[in-house]
Amino acid sequence: MAAKTRFKDADMQAIIGWVLRIGVIVSVSVVIFGGIVYLYRHGSEAPDHKNFITQPSFVQLNGIIQGIIDFHGRSIIQAGIILLIATPILRIIFSTISFALERDRLYVMISLLVLLIIFISSMSGHIG
Amino acid sequence: MSVLIFTLIILVGSCFAGLVGSLTGLGGGFIIIPLLTIILRVDIHYAIGASLVSIIATSSGSAAAYVKEGITNMRLGMFLEIATTVGAVCGAMLAMFIPTHFLAVILGTILIFSALLSLRKKAQQIVEHKSALAEKLELNGSYPTADGTVNYSVSNVGGGFVVMLFAGLLSGLLGIGSGALKVLAMDSIMKVPFKVSTTTSNFMIGVTGAASAVVYLQRGYIDPAISMPVVIGVLAGAMAGSKILVNTKSSGWLRWFFVIVVLVLASQLIYNGIIGKI
Repeated sequence: MAAKTRFKDADMQAIIGWVLRIGVIVSVSVVIFGGIVYLYRHGSEAPDHKNFITQPSFVQLNGIIQGIIDFHGRSIIQAGIILLIATPILRIIFSTISFALERDRLYVMISLLVLLIIFISSMSGHIG
Repeated sequence: MSVLIFTLIILVGSCFAGLVGSLTGLGGGFIIIPLLTIILRVDIHYAIGASLVSIIATSSGSAAAYVKEGITNMRLGMFLEIATTVGAVCGAMLAMFIPTHFLAVILGTILIFSALLSLRKKAQQIVEHKSALAEKLELNGSYPTADGTVNYSVSNVGGGFVVMLFAGLLSGLLGIGSGALKVLAMDSIMKVPFKVSTTTSNFMIGVTGAASAVVYLQRGYIDPAISMPVVIGVLAGAMAGSKILVNTKSSGWLRWFFVIVVLVLASQLIYNGIIGKI
């Protein structure tokens, strides 16, 4: 394998370990913060979680951003969740770069293919 | 019941789910879905959405530690992620059309199978036999042990790939990590050493989960009010579980106890699904 290149698998492992760790810490912190805001504002209301419909403001990105500006707990939580979902995707992007630095063309293609599948999946809502 | 009480109940339940999931090796998602649907009567699609988010958190958190140790086979993981993400996207799309009581029965059945699978004896195996495809895909690897580096080869790449498609499908359909199936595929079919297959499976769960989570997110099935306590609870429980696993040597009886808990939950899920209460 590509043992002589400057950038080695061990470097990749260290970087990916950090990407995952920071991603989880940051996103879960945002979720906790949003949760405190949400409970502070809505803690005493009655929940309705059977057959309910999520407001579109928690699905669309501009709705979430508007919600954060208005300091809505649930919008902040949702932003944290999106960061969390983005963490493994970010990991693939970093892997792609690492494989490129190792000049491993086959694995650059494989990583890009996985990214493409997730990208198509994230577009599905606009088609179906 | 107020929102605060509802949130606290989910938080405690998720903590328990994360703990059991990590002690049995089944993953927290498995246990939180029956808990949310049977006890708190949450619509199963929202339970699946919350579970997906929580498995991304636990898998990424523990993968961070494993990757640094150099046991995870990143090329093998990346290659098989093609199969798991394609499967996951198909599963997530399918879940939108399948009636909820049917989803409950499938989940309960898979849960029973996985619980029984988790009890099977794990034999360490090292295969030296060379497979041309594995060679071409640079899948053969090595990992550090106390007695030095161990080299291993990967067999039956095609067979493993097909099982991974199925594992991805179940993950997207039911919001679970399908770690047990992923490990089985790498262990029994591809003949990867157990230590490598468990860490690599864990490494893949995050990406597989993300591929289907984006579908659930857009359909509005990831609700912040439910996902928040689930993510925090499952992550905390899983972290506590991994501490217990390190500190106690004979966790045998603990595993048995929790496998029985899982079997009871699973049969509840199937029963409720059949009588149409979910």
